[in-house]
Amino acid sequence: MAKENDHDHEHSHLDEMDIRLRTLESLLVEKGYVNPDALDAIVETYEKKIGPRNGAAVVARAWSDDAYLDRLRKDATSAIAELGFSGRQGEHMRIVENTDEVHNLVVCTLCSCYPWPVLGLPPVWYKSAPYRSRAVSEPRAVLSEFGVNLPESTKIRVWDSTAELRYLVLPKRPKGTEGWSEERLASIVTRDSMIGTGLPVEPKDQTP
Amino acid sequence: MNGPHDMGGMQCYGPVIPEPNEPVFHHDWERKALALTVAMGATGSWNIDISRHARESLEPAQYLSSSYYQIWTAALEELLVRYDLITSGELEKGEVEAKGRAVKIVPDGEHMAIALRQRHPYERPANRAPLFEVGDRVRTLNLNPTGHTRLPRYARGKTGTVERVAGCHVFPDSNAHDKGEDAQWLYTIGFEASDLFEDKADHIVFVDCWEPYLERS
Repeated sequence: MAKENDHDHEHSHLDEMDIRLRTLESLLVEKGYVNPDALDAIVETYEKKIGPRNGAAVVARAWSDDAYLDRLRKDATSAIAELGFSGRQGEHMRIVENTDEVHNLVVCTLCSCYPWPVLGLPPVWYKSAPYRSRAVSEPRAVLSEFGVNLPESTKIRVWDSTAELRYLVLPKRPKGTEGWSEERLASIVTRDSMIGTGLPVEPKDQTP
Repeated sequence: MNGPHDMGGMQCYGPVIPEPNEPVFHHDWERKALALTVAMGATGSWNIDISRHARESLEPAQYLSSSYYQIWTAALEELLVRYDLITSGELEKGEVEAKGRAVKIVPDGEHMAIALRQRHPYERPANRAPLFEVGDRVRTLNLNPTGHTRLPRYARGKTGTVERVAGCHVFPDSNAHDKGEDAQWLYTIGFEASDLFEDKADHIVFVDCWEPYLERS
C-alpha cells in the first residue's frame, strides 16, 4: 500500500515538474530571453554529442602516445582541446594519474562540479548526498559500493572540485592490451574509471 | 554559508547507489531544466557563482528532498524574479504580464552550439606574486561567512601542504554577491585525511583554496 502511494506521489510530483518547466519555458521564450533553437542545441549537445566517449579518447591517446601524455601532464586543457574537446565546465582541466601505488577519486562536495567536455553531464549518484558526503571521509567504503576493492597498500587521493579546476582520472592501462589500437583501448575505458569509482574493463572480460 | 549543500564528511545519507546504464536524463522536464538554466546563464544576467549560491540558499528541507534538477529549477525561478526578469505573478499564473527586459545576449541555436564548446576561463592576470609556493605548509582559516564560500566546513582550521599553484582565479566569495571578480591566487592544498576525519583514515584529500582562505602554518 505504501509502495502504491509512493508511486502515485512520484507521478503527481513528476507531472508537477513537467507543468512547471513547460510554463517556465513558454514564459522565457515569450519574454524573449531564450531562443527555442538554442534550447534544442543545449539538449542535443549534452545528450547526443558530449559524453564519456570523449574522455575515453583522451585516455586511449595518453596510453598510446608518450608525447601526448607529456602534454596532458603539462597543460591538460590544451592537450584535451587537441582532440576537439573543450567548453563549459572544462575550462581548467587537470589529469590525475593512477599508478600501482596511487588511486585517484574525484568529487564535488559542495555541488556537482564535473568535467562536462570529457565526461558529459554527471550521473545522479555523483550529485547525491551519499557520494558527496562520504567520498572525502571514507573513500574505500564508497569504492567498495562500486565493487572496487583496492589493496590496503594503495594510497587513495581524493580531489574535491571546489574551484573551476576540473579533474579527469587517467586510469592504469590494463595488462594484456599491448599493441591495441586507440579505438580498441577507448572501448575499455568506462566513465567511472575516469571519475575513479571504477577501473577499466579487463581485456578478458570484454565482450567481443 | 554553513548550509545543507556542504556535505563533505556527513554520515547520515546511507550508501551510494550506482545506476547501471543510466540515461543522461530520466524525465523530459530535466532536459528543459538543464537547457533553460544554461540558456539563461548565457544571457549574461548573472554569473555561475550567483547561480551556485542561489541553489545552496534554498530552504534546507527543500534542498535535501529535491533532485538536482529540481534544485536547479527552483534556483532559476528565484533568480529570474530577483533580477526582475519575470514576476512571481507571472510564474504563478504562467502568463506573461509585461514585455521582457533587455538582456545582454540571446544566442540562437547555432551560436549556442558554438558557445558551449568555447572556453570561458576563470583565470585572470595577477597583479602580485602568490604568497605561497609548492611544498609550503598552510592553515585554512576558520571562516564562517553568511554568504557564499567554497571552503568546505570539513577543511576549515586545518593544516595542509600546497600541492600546486593554479593561477589567479575569480573569487567566488565576491563574485557570488555581484561585488566583482576580485581574482585571487588559487592553490590545490593536500590534507592528510587523518587530520580532517578519524585518526585511522589513511588517504589524502585535495581541496582547491583561494589565498584569502589561507595563512602560513
